[in-house]
This record gives sequence, structure tokens and C-alpha cells, in this order.
Amino acid sequence: MNAPVSFAESKLPLLLGALFVIGLIAPFAVYPTFLMKILCYALFACAFNLLLGFAGLLSFGHAAFLGTAGYVCGMMVRDVGVTPEVGILAGTVAAGLLGWLFGWLAIKRTGIYFAMITLALAQMVFFLAIQIKETGGEDGLQGVPRGHLFGLLDLSDNIAMYYLVFAIFCFGFFVIYRTIHSPFGQILKAIRENEPRAISLGYDVAKFKLIAFIISAALAGMAGATKTLVFQLASLSDVHWHASGEVVLMTLLGGLGTILGPVVGAATIVTLQTQMPDSVGSWVTVIMGVIFVICVLSFRRGIVGELQALIKRSGVN
Amino acid sequence: MEIFGISTALLGSQLLVGLINGSFYAILSLGLAIIFGLLNIINFAHGAQYMMGAFVAWIALTRFGINYWAALIVAPLIVGFVGVLIERLMLRRLYKLDHLYGLLLTFGLALIFEGIFRDQFGISGESYEVPELLSGGVNLGFMFLPIYRAWVIVASLTVCFGTWYMIERTKLGAYLRAGTENSAMVQALGINVPLLITFTYGYGVALAAFAGVLAAPIFQVNPLMGSNLIIVVFAVVVIGGMGSIMGSILTGLGLGLIEGLTRVIYPEASSVVVFVIMVIVLLVRPAGLFGKS
Repeated sequence: MNAPVSFAESKLPLLLGALFVIGLIAPFAVYPTFLMKILCYALFACAFNLLLGFAGLLSFGHAAFLGTAGYVCGMMVRDVGVTPEVGILAGTVAAGLLGWLFGWLAIKRTGIYFAMITLALAQMVFFLAIQIKETGGEDGLQGVPRGHLFGLLDLSDNIAMYYLVFAIFCFGFFVIYRTIHSPFGQILKAIRENEPRAISLGYDVAKFKLIAFIISAALAGMAGATKTLVFQLASLSDVHWHASGEVVLMTLLGGLGTILGPVVGAATIVTLQTQMPDSVGSWVTVIMGVIFVICVLSFRRGIVGELQALIKRSGVN
Repeated sequence: MEIFGISTALLGSQLLVGLINGSFYAILSLGLAIIFGLLNIINFAHGAQYMMGAFVAWIALTRFGINYWAALIVAPLIVGFVGVLIERLMLRRLYKLDHLYGLLLTFGLALIFEGIFRDQFGISGESYEVPELLSGGVNLGFMFLPIYRAWVIVASLTVCFGTWYMIERTKLGAYLRAGTENSAMVQALGINVPLLITFTYGYGVALAAFAGVLAAPIFQVNPLMGSNLIIVVFAVVVIGGMGSIMGSILTGLGLGLIEGLTRVIYPEASSVVVFVIMVIVLLVRPAGLFGKS
């Protein structure tokens, strides 16, 4: 890209550094469980954004990776008795493998069909999760112990757990950041912008899409596995299509194809859901729908995208 | 009587259920295909609009005493009109953008509709009585056939084939097919394409609502009835490919029958069989059975 580096991009390392410091001190100011929920969903949304924002692939079935990894991690930790880091690793690997399978099937089609195929495959996972005994059906896996990290550090302490979640988030974010800024990421963008041209340049487009899909699925799984440990529960709602829709909304609201957008979107939606009084009941769904419609009709750049455009327009460069 | 150790009564009744589900798959995937053909969007709200059809019929009966036969006309008109408004006010702004935005917008609308009806009516579901004329059933000797279920199959197939006839054999259908091929050229020839698009979306939505009214006496009228169905219909659409009207109808019916058969042979697999078939079709014929690659 020969375009001059924008203000937003040149100051990004500084901004990330500031956010990192805020992340370190945050649990002393805000309720840690709430922060951990935000971080889990932020990682989930970042993983999703890698696929939609940078490769142009709309997966409507990412809940399958979130939920499957949650179940695998929960079973490993609770029933097999492994340490938490092994549980998270197992969940991540399981989601990556599932992503390999789903990706391999879904990239046979493009655009709208791709979205419908991922949705249908994820629904299959949902039905299996209801029917299989081991996942606990409607109840999910309850009473998953947080355990001791590496067998040493007790995670039942919320602050200790928070720093583990924060470390996992930073690792996932770094992987995505490096992926986007690598030659591999540039080729993904090329495929998004003009697929026939990427093919004519000799790139094996299917391979690139598949690798992006696997990375995205594995990281979504990492978020799901971590979430299971935080809440000590692997729930059926994590494999439901609502969860797939939620991650689309978070990414869209925060800013599609921006680095920080999904984090902002996830924080906004989680805060909204947590702060809303119980009396609103099913209006939560309506509000989510309304945000969706507004985003699509007149806020397509999302919060971060709009901010970037604002900075650009005000001429700071 | 038994065939391969399965009683014919069981086989017959499950195949009937399969055929009914297949009729709904057919109507809904037909609507999706027509809308996709001209608008190039996938209407995620299709399931919600099916649910609204059922609810409008139920509200009409319980609050205003409008009977089933009138509801069969009124509900699709009302819900179709809502569809027209959606197209005019919202979808119209998205045609120049990536087609995925249409999917996202209609997904948001589906959430809104579902949430509103859930707030108003809860999730326990309301029952809608079978109209008197169609109640009861006949004994076919090997199985019992409820008249209403036979009516659902006949009515939905009539609508499906009527739609097919309209699109393939009439002047209006010719405009529609031409618009699907090249809407700019059709516009240049003096046909009001924006109006055609509005009408098409409204008609697709009305089809979903019609299916909803047909479904009301069979299933519970429930705010979630549409979202559970629509994902299966998406798989049906992937299997059939959206290139052909007749293809959508036949794929829908066929998959309903296969699902019914699975419920007899191996009940545990019945909820996923359509998805498994989708996977197989993707491997063997990625463009779909009736799709153009």
C-alpha cells in the first residue's frame, strides 16, 4: 500500500500500549468477572473480524467454535482432570479442527451461500449438542472447576483468573495483529478486494481462505474455552445461532475491518446486555435487532471506523 | 401390515409428516429463490415473516373473529404489505452495496420481529383450531389421514405450481425472468424495474405468511417457530441451488420426505439429516442439484 500512513495507524502502537496499561489496572476499578466477559467476547469478535473484515468471508456459524471449545475444555478440566491451560489448549485445537472441516466445506461456495452453509453446519453442531449425553443438553456442563494454572496458581481467585484471561486475550490479539500485517494478511485483503485477480496472480485462493478460517475458528475456540473456565459453565446458548449473530453485531458495531473495532463493539454490547434491567426481558432481542438495522443502514463503518474517518477529515496527519 | 419390520401405519404417518414439512420447505425456499433472483439478497427475515403469518391469522381469529378462510387471504396481504414497506424504506438503500448487507439487515429485522412477538405472546405458544370444514379424517385402511393435513399439502402445492406457472408462462413472469438476467436492460426497455422489485419482495414475503397460516393449526403458533425452520430451509436452498423455481419446489418436497423416512428408520438423526445431505451435495455437486455453476 502506497497510501500515506494515516494518523490513526501511525499512533496505533501508542494507543495499544495505553490500552494495555488500562487492561492491567482495570480489575482494581471494575468488577473482574464483567471485564473477563468483555475480554472473552472481544477475542471472539476479533477472531471473527479476521475472517469477515480482512478476508471478506461472512461466517454465520462461529458459535459452533465458541461452544465446541467450551464443551471440550469443560469436559477435559472437569471429567478428565487436566490443568486449565491444557483444557484451553484442547478447546482451541478442537475448534481449529472443526474449523478445518467447516472451512473446507464452506469455501466451495462464496458470498451468501458461504454464510448459509456455515449457519447450517453450526446448527448441526447445535442439534448434536442437544442430543449427546456428554454435553448435558439444555443444562450444559455445570460446575467446571477453574483449577490451578500449571498446577500451581489458584484460579478461583478472580484477580488471578483475570490476568490469565487478559494474557490469553493479548496473545490472541497479537496473533491476529501479526496475521493482518503479514504478507499472508495482504494476500487475504487482495482476495477480499478482487478474487479473480488474486487467482490470476497465481495465488491458491482456496488455501489462503482455508488457513484464515482455521486461525479464526481456533481463536474463537480459545475465547470459548476461556469463557467456560471463567463462568465454570459450558452452555448450550454458546452454540446457538444467536451467539453467531451477536458476534456479527459486535464486529459491525465496532467497525468492520478495523483492528480495535471488534473490541469496542464487544465491550459496548456486553455492557448493554449487563446493564439492561431485567424488566426489559425480550426487548433485549429487539434492541439488538434495531442496532443491527441502524448499523447496516447508516453506520456501516462502525464506531472505530467513524472515528478514524473523523480524525482523517479534521486534517490531523 | 409391515414392510421390513416397520408397520405401514407408522411409515405412512411419518411420510405424511415429511410431506407436510416438505411442502413448507418448498414454499419457503421458493420465496427465498424468487427474492434472491431479482434482489440478490437472502431474506433472513423469511422465518419471522412465516411466524407473523401464523400470528396474524391467530389474532384475526381470536380478537376479530375472522375465520381461517379469510385469514388465508388477509394474513399474506398484511405481512406482504409490511414486506413492501421494508423494501421501499430499507432494502432499497442497499442494492449498490455488497449483497451481504441485505442478509445482515434482514437478520436484524428477524430479531426485531421475534423479540416483539415474544414480548407480547410469550414462548409457550398458542393453539389455532382446525377449521370445521377440514376437521376429522379418513381411514385409508393402512393409515389414518387427517383431512387438514391433506389440505395443507394440496394447498401449498397448488400455490407452488401456480407461482411456477406465473413466472414461467405469463407476461409478468417474463418481465421478472428478464429482470433477473439483466435488470438494467429491462429498465432501458421501459419496464418499471423498481416497482417490479418491490412487488417481487412483497410476493415472496406473502408466500412465507401463507405458509404460516397453513402451519398455524398443525404446529403451535409460537414466536420461535420461524427461526427454527428457516435454518433448515437455508440448507434446502444450498442443496437445491437457487437457479430454478421448479428445482426449489422439488428439493423442498424431496428433503421433507427423506426427513420423514429418517424419523422412521433412525429417529436420532432426523434433525440433522438435511444438513448431512447438504454436506454430501457440497462435496459432489457444489453448485447445488439445480444450480448453475
